Amino acid sequence: MSSDAIVIERLGKRYTIGLTPVGDTTLGESLTNWFTGPWRRFNRMAGRGEKATQFWALKDISFRVGVGEVIGIVGPNGAGKSTLLKVLSRITPPTEGYVDLTGRVSSLLEVGTGFHPELTGRENVFLNGAILGMFRTEILRKFDAIVAFAELEQFIDTPVKHYSSGMFVRLAFSVAAHLEPEILIVDEVLSVGDLHFRNRCLGRMQDLRDEGRTVLFVSHDLTSVRQLCTRALMLNRGHLVDDGTPSEITRRYERMYQDSSENTSGAADRTHPPRDYHLRRVELRNAAGAVSGHFDAGDVVDIHLWSSGRAPENSYTAEFKLLNSDDRVISFGSANPVRDTYFLAEHQHFVCRLGPLPLTEGAYAFSFTVGVWNKERWDFWAKAIGLTIGRCDLFATGHGIANVNDGDFVIQQEWLAGD
Amino acid sequence: MLNLAELWEYRELLFFFVWRDVKVRYKQTVLGAAWAIIQPLTTTFAFAILFGRFGGMAKQVAGPYALHVFIGMLPWTFFANAVSLASNSLIGSSNLISKVYFPRILIPVSAIAAGLVDFAISFGVLLVLMAVYGVAPSWAMLTLPAFLAGTMISAAGAGILFAALIVTYRDVRYVMTFVLQLWLFGTPVLYTLDIIPAQWHRLYALNPMVGMIAGFRVGVLGGRFPLDLILISSVTGLLLCTVGVRYFLHMERRFADVI
Repeated sequence: MSSDAIVIERLGKRYTIGLTPVGDTTLGESLTNWFTGPWRRFNRMAGRGEKATQFWALKDISFRVGVGEVIGIVGPNGAGKSTLLKVLSRITPPTEGYVDLTGRVSSLLEVGTGFHPELTGRENVFLNGAILGMFRTEILRKFDAIVAFAELEQFIDTPVKHYSSGMFVRLAFSVAAHLEPEILIVDEVLSVGDLHFRNRCLGRMQDLRDEGRTVLFVSHDLTSVRQLCTRALMLNRGHLVDDGTPSEITRRYERMYQDSSENTSGAADRTHPPRDYHLRRVELRNAAGAVSGHFDAGDVVDIHLWSSGRAPENSYTAEFKLLNSDDRVISFGSANPVRDTYFLAEHQHFVCRLGPLPLTEGAYAFSFTVGVWNKERWDFWAKAIGLTIGRCDLFATGHGIANVNDGDFVIQQEWLAGD
Repeated sequence: MLNLAELWEYRELLFFFVWRDVKVRYKQTVLGAAWAIIQPLTTTFAFAILFGRFGGMAKQVAGPYALHVFIGMLPWTFFANAVSLASNSLIGSSNLISKVYFPRILIPVSAIAAGLVDFAISFGVLLVLMAVYGVAPSWAMLTLPAFLAGTMISAAGAGILFAALIVTYRDVRYVMTFVLQLWLFGTPVLYTLDIIPAQWHRLYALNPMVGMIAGFRVGVLGGRFPLDLILISSVTGLLLCTVGVRYFLHMERRFADVI
C-alpha cells in the first residue's frame, strides 16, 4: 500500500449523559442550569453533590488504512463501532484526536436515507442519489442501470409509499450500489433484506474491493467479514483491542464473545444473556430416539430445541447454521422462510429432522437463532452443540472420506466410463 | 465561518431539497397551489373589512386599503412561512442529520427557498388585483426583487437562528410562534407607515421588515422610496442574518448528538 486513505490519531468521542449540558432539552432548563451552575460547581469542588456522567464512546483510537484495503470492524454491542463510523462520516465531531480521509467519501449508515414516501421511485432515486453525494448528471447517466438493478422498471413512477418493504429496500440499495466513492463507509446494511438481497450486497462489495476502493465496514456477520475483508479490527468498550487478518480477528472475537461452549446443553452461561426469552436446551437424537453427538454420514438427526418462557410474538422462526471445524458456516436451515413453518408464542419445543447427512468425517457444530425472520433476533446461540461424524462411507465401499482433506460434503455421484 | 467552497459543492443537494419541499408540499395538500392564493387573499380581505371598515383605517391611506394590505401581506406571508418552516426544518430532518453528512445549513435555507414558489403565485394574484383596482404597473416594480432579497435575508436570519435553537431547546418552537405574532403587529402590514409619528420612523426601521414592506408598497403603488428606512432595515436584516448563521455554524457540529 503506497499511501493512506484514512489516518486516525488518538481519536476520542465523549458523550455526556444525565445532568449537564450537551442536551438541555428546554431553554428553561438551560437557564436554570446557568443560574444554579456556580452553586453546583462549588459543590463539586467541595466534593459534594452530583457528578455528570461522562462516557467515552471511543477512546484513544489510532489506525491507518491504506488505499484499497477492505477493513471489517467487529465488536460486541456498544463497543463504539457505529460511533466510529459516524465520526469518520463527519456526522458527529470527535472530542479529541483527528481523522484524515483522502478521497471522495461515501457513507452508507442506512439504505434509503432521505427517501420520501410521497415521491415516486424516480424522484427518490434523484433525491437519495444527491443525498449520498452523487451529481445530477451522474444520476442521470446511471438512472437506467439503477432501475434495472432494482428490477422496478414498472413501478418507477409509483409513489414509494405504495411499495412493499422489499421493493423499497431494493431501490434504496440499488442507488447506493451505484456510488463510486474512493472510500466507502458501510454500517450493517448487509443485515437487511432477504438472502438474495444480501448476496447482491456482498457481490457489490466484492466488486468494490476488486476495483481497488477502500472500504470500511461494520458487521455482525463474521462470515462476510472473512470473505470480503483484507483486514479486521475489533473494538470493545470504545477501545481498539485487536487488529489483524480477518480470520484471526473473527476467530478471536468468536472465542471472546460468543462462548464456544462445547457442551451439549445448559445454556445458562452464555456471554450474551438474552432478555427474558431465550433458548434453553438443545439435544441431538438419533433415529432410535437416543441423545447422541456421534453420527455417521447418511444418518438422520433430530434436533430438539427448547426455549424458556413465552415468545414475544407469533409467527417466528428458528434457524440453525452448521459450522465446520474451521468455524465456517457450511449450511443453513430455517423453519421459515426455508420450510414455511411458523411458530406460535406459546411454543417452547422445536424439532428439526435433518438428513440424511452428507457430511464427511470430522467435527461440526450447530448455532441456533430464534426470532422473526428478517426483523428480530431474540436469541443467537453460537456453537450450541457439537456433532461428530464418525464414518463417512456413503457408498459402502469401505473407504472413508474425512473433512481434513476432502471437504465437508459428499455429493451424490455416479461414475461411468465414457466412450 | 461559512465554508463557501463546500456550499458550492453541495449546490445540487440544495436544489434537490428545494425541489422535494415544493413537490411534497403540493402533493400532500388537496388544494395544492390554490393555498398560495387563498391564504393571503382571505387574510387580506378579513383584515380589510376588520380594520378598513370598522377600524377606519381605509380613510387614512391613499388608494384602496385592501390593495395596501395585500401588498404588505405578500412579503409578510412569505417571511412568516419561511421563518416558521425553516425553524422546524432541522428537527423534521433528524434522520438525515444523524445518518448523512452535508452542510446542515442547506436544510433551513431550502425551506426558505421553497417558499418562493408560493410567493410567485401570490405575486400573480397581486397583478390581478392591480388590474381590478386600476393600478398600472410602473418601472418602480423593477425594484421589487431587491426588497424580496432583503426579506429573504431577514427570514434566513430568523429562521436559521430559531432552527439551531430549537434543536437544542425544543420549547423555543412556541417562542418562535409568539415572536412571529408580535412581529406582525410591529410591522406595517395591516397599516401603513403614516400612522407612526415621523420622528419614530428610523427607530421603527430597526425591524428589518419595515423597510422591505415600505419598499414593496412604493414599488407597486408609486411614491418616494424612504431610502433611510430601507437602508436601516437592510443593515439590521444583514446583522440578523449574520448572527443567525454564526450561531448555527457554532452549534452545527453538535446537532447529530443532540437531535
